[in-house]
Amino acid sequence: MAVQTIAFYLLAAVTLVAGLCVVSARSPIHSVLFLILAFFSAAGLFVLLGAEFLAMLLVVVYVGAVAVLFLFVVMMLDVDFTALRQGFSRYMPLGAGVAGLLAFEMILVSSAVSSQGAARLNDTPAASGPDISNAETIGRVLYTDYIYFFQAAGMVLLVAMIGAIVLTLRHKPGVRRQVIADQVARGPKTGMRMTNIKPGAGIDE
Amino acid sequence: MIIGLSHYLAVAAILFTIGVFGIFVNRKNIIVILMSIELILLAVNINLVAFSVYLHNVTGQIFAMFVLTVAAAEAAVGLAILVTFFRNRGDIAVDDVSVMKG
Repeated sequence: MAVQTIAFYLLAAVTLVAGLCVVSARSPIHSVLFLILAFFSAAGLFVLLGAEFLAMLLVVVYVGAVAVLFLFVVMMLDVDFTALRQGFSRYMPLGAGVAGLLAFEMILVSSAVSSQGAARLNDTPAASGPDISNAETIGRVLYTDYIYFFQAAGMVLLVAMIGAIVLTLRHKPGVRRQVIADQVARGPKTGMRMTNIKPGAGIDE
Repeated sequence: MIIGLSHYLAVAAILFTIGVFGIFVNRKNIIVILMSIELILLAVNINLVAFSVYLHNVTGQIFAMFVLTVAAAEAAVGLAILVTFFRNRGDIAVDDVSVMKG
């Protein structure tokens, strides 16, 4: 039990410090790298809770896809990021005040919920059903009760993919492209022109 | 001291707060704002999974999966809009976003 306690405090501390570094780092590249660290340690917290499937999903989706996407965009944009940081110290007191109040309220509510709510009845945490793995537990519910939601999630991803492509696709003017239909439709009438050339005068085109 | 539900809820609450704080202090840098939103959604996921585990009900983990899906889609579309905005303006200062209307 002691090992779990130490692991919890270590992972929680790393998650929170990395999260703080995400919002206060000077360079967005550093922000993205701290974001990856935060997601890794949050995945560790999920493993500690027993939700291994979601932990691996977090690593695959966030570290493997979303963070790399952020990294690509940050590297692709040629922006002076120091200019974007002005106003940081101006908004700092208000932000810290609101954040402190919010954290205080949420910790108050969550401690009340965890000490008096329905979760008090179960003293032993369990992420899986009896005698089956965590992934199987999720699969048994996800593919039966939530099958339509699962399909809708697939549609959301499809629409997001198409939307991202449509937003970023552009046709540069001046770039010659092969248009197969034009080539096939070309016949003797469009491909050939009869010209009557006078002797001594060339063709000036 | 045994780690209970309240510990995980406290971590999630502080992480959520860090995300809100990040939106406050990085008002101009939309990339960091998007990353702050990811942090907020991560805090929500920690809450969902912690409640799911301590209530012995797997539905929370399934909802966390859907939150993950929507977060990935949101990041993709948000960054695509950002790239288009950068192409049009040559800058990503979100103070000028109102010129996008029309």
